[in-house]
Formats: sequence, structure tokens, C-alpha cells
Amino acid sequence: MLTSTYYAGQSFLHTTRPLFKVLALFLVCTLLFVFDTWFVLTPICLAVFGLYGIAGIPRSEILLALRPAFWMLLFIFIVQIYFESLQLASFVILRFVTMILAASLLTLTTKTSDLIAALEQFFNRFLPEHIAETISLAFSLCFRFIPLVRQTFDEVTEAQKARGHHKDWRALATPTIIRTLKSADEISQAIIARSVETSHLSAANERRDREHS
Amino acid sequence: MAEVTIRNTVLMALFAAIMAVLGAFPNIPVPGIPAPITAQSLGVMLAGGILGARYGALSLILFLILVAAGLPLLSGARGGFAVFFGATAGFLFGWVIAAFVIGLLIEKFWNRLNYFSAFLACIIGGIIILYAIGIPWVAYAAKIPLGKAFWGSVAYIPGDLIKAAIASVVIVAVAKSYPIIQSK
Repeated sequence: MLTSTYYAGQSFLHTTRPLFKVLALFLVCTLLFVFDTWFVLTPICLAVFGLYGIAGIPRSEILLALRPAFWMLLFIFIVQIYFESLQLASFVILRFVTMILAASLLTLTTKTSDLIAALEQFFNRFLPEHIAETISLAFSLCFRFIPLVRQTFDEVTEAQKARGHHKDWRALATPTIIRTLKSADEISQAIIARSVETSHLSAANERRDREHS
Repeated sequence: MAEVTIRNTVLMALFAAIMAVLGAFPNIPVPGIPAPITAQSLGVMLAGGILGARYGALSLILFLILVAAGLPLLSGARGGFAVFFGATAGFLFGWVIAAFVIGLLIEKFWNRLNYFSAFLACIIGGIIILYAIGIPWVAYAAKIPLGKAFWGSVAYIPGDLIKAAIASVVIVAVAKSYPIIQSK
């Protein structure tokens, strides 16, 4: 389930720092909206296709990147032709295609782990230490929780089937949520018991304990 | 209490994971509308309604960061930066605000929370606010008049009403047996 669409390679696109690529992506897409003309769109679109060539990404990946958006784009295209003109319809669609391909290029040339590491580095530099550590903890916990939630849901489904509740949302959702909430609290207890928490967090907990006692 | 405790961090991560698991549920494709109906907007309502405004919104930001980082966690195994540049990106950013508003309303109704008030909170945050962000976004990005973009989204409202009903049942049940939001 947790597979990203990284496409290995050695091009400069693969080796550029992830945050720089993210910045460039936002800059390019902002340009596409600020200068809303063919004179800006056409060169950027060609440049994006050129970059796919430089990164050595095969054409099949381009189609794969566009596939999830296909029906939406077709719908917009038809609406635009019907109410406006073929020219406006093609402009809007080409702009979406360019943005989606530029964004997919970032995802294809950057490993998920590198992107998250870059983000954590960014937080470490610009946010107070305890907040940066909390964010890192949240990321790792999330990866741990995805299989846990899935497994809990499967167990609840089995149990409810045995009771004769088939595909009853209420019988599935509430027990799954409450059971995962309990697991989450056990995990927080375990983290606190092992003193993994940072100094400011233990200070906060001590203060809270004092208030409660 | 301004500080983020270990417990809140863990709960935020849990609801980001619940979003991911809901994304793996099969979509319900509806003929005639360009995007399928997904279970994920249920997760938005639950995050806000169970964790409250602040941590519900933060858990969705966490989820969206994981999606942006390239994990295919959105329904239909979509992920990566591309989803934030498509026509429906406004709905993704709108999730954060929607969860915040639902959380805010549930916190407000907390002492007399029932199915009706929870349902109302889910409709205001999860449908009205969410569409108020998502539809103008589509209209602007796709250069479609606002009215037409609105009619293109009407087909999703019945599904969202069902999700709001399910969410309100779960929110009230959790509030009774395992409350996370502190009463004020």
C-alpha cells in the first residue's frame, strides 16, 4: 500500500535539493496563473516535457501521471467547449496538464523519504526544537498507525459478521474508532513511560499532573 | 493549554492514518460525474468531530503533507504533488478548514451534543464550508462560471449527507463512551 512512484535516475533533477524543487514548482504554477496567456503557457509546457526527457522518464509514466485526472479534464473540456470556445477549452486543459506533469515530475524524481527528511530539516532550522521534534514524532507514528487501523477494522468486521451485522456502517465505524483511540492512548502511555518525550513535554505533563492532583 | 502533548500528537497521527485507511476503501463510481464518491470526506468529519478544531485540522495537515510527499493515500491510490494542482485541489485544502469548523461547532455544542447538533456541525463544516472553498477553486482554475461549477458539484451532495449522518452517529457515540474533547 505504501509505495511511492519514485523513478530512479542520475539526472540533475534527481540530485537537486527537494525543497528547491518544491519552491520551483510553486513558482512555475503561480506564473501560469498570473500570466494567463499562451505566450507563457507554451514555453513552460515545452520545458516540462523537455525536463521529462532530461530526467530519462519514459512516456508511459507521463500517461500514468495524467490518468487520475482524465475524467475531470474531459468533463471540463466538454463544459468549456459547450459554453465558451475550443480555444479557451484547450488553454485550460493544457494548463492543467502542464501543472500536473510538473508536479508529477517532482514526485517521480524525489524519494518520499528524502522529501520528508528535507521537510524535517526545514522545520528543525526554522521552528523551535520541541515543535520540530513533535512533528517528526507525528510522521513516524502515522506510518505505524496505518496498518493498526486497517487491522482493527478487519477484526471488527469479522466480529460483526459473526453477530450477523453485514455491511452495517454503524456497527463497524464506532467500534473501530473507539478501539483505535484506546490503542493510541496505550501508545502515548508507553512513549511517556519510556521517557522518550522531550523536556518541554514532560514539563507540560508534570504541570498538568499537578493541576489534576 | 497551549502546548502539544504526547497524547495529542499520537491522536493527530491516528486520524491521519484513519484518513489513509479510508482512502483505500473502494470508490463508488457514479456515471455522469467526473470524480468518484469516496469515503475520505467521512474521515474529515470524524477528525474534526472527535479531536476538536485544533487537532482535527492539524491531523489533516499532517495527512496532506504525507500525500504531497508522494504517498498514494488519497482515494484511488492518488498521491504526490500533482493532486494539489488539479481542478479539485480546493477540496483538499478545504478539508483542513472543514475539520476546523466541525471541531469548533462540536466543541460549542459539547454539553448538549446529540445526533441533530452533530449532524448540523458536519453539514455546515463538511458540506457548506467545504463546497464554499472547493467550488470557487474549480471555477477559477478551470475558468468555468461559478454557477456552472456549482451545478457540477450538486451530484455529490446526497453522498455527503449520508456521510454526515454516519459521522454524527460515530461522533456522538465516541463523545459518550470515549470523549477526547474536554468540556469547557
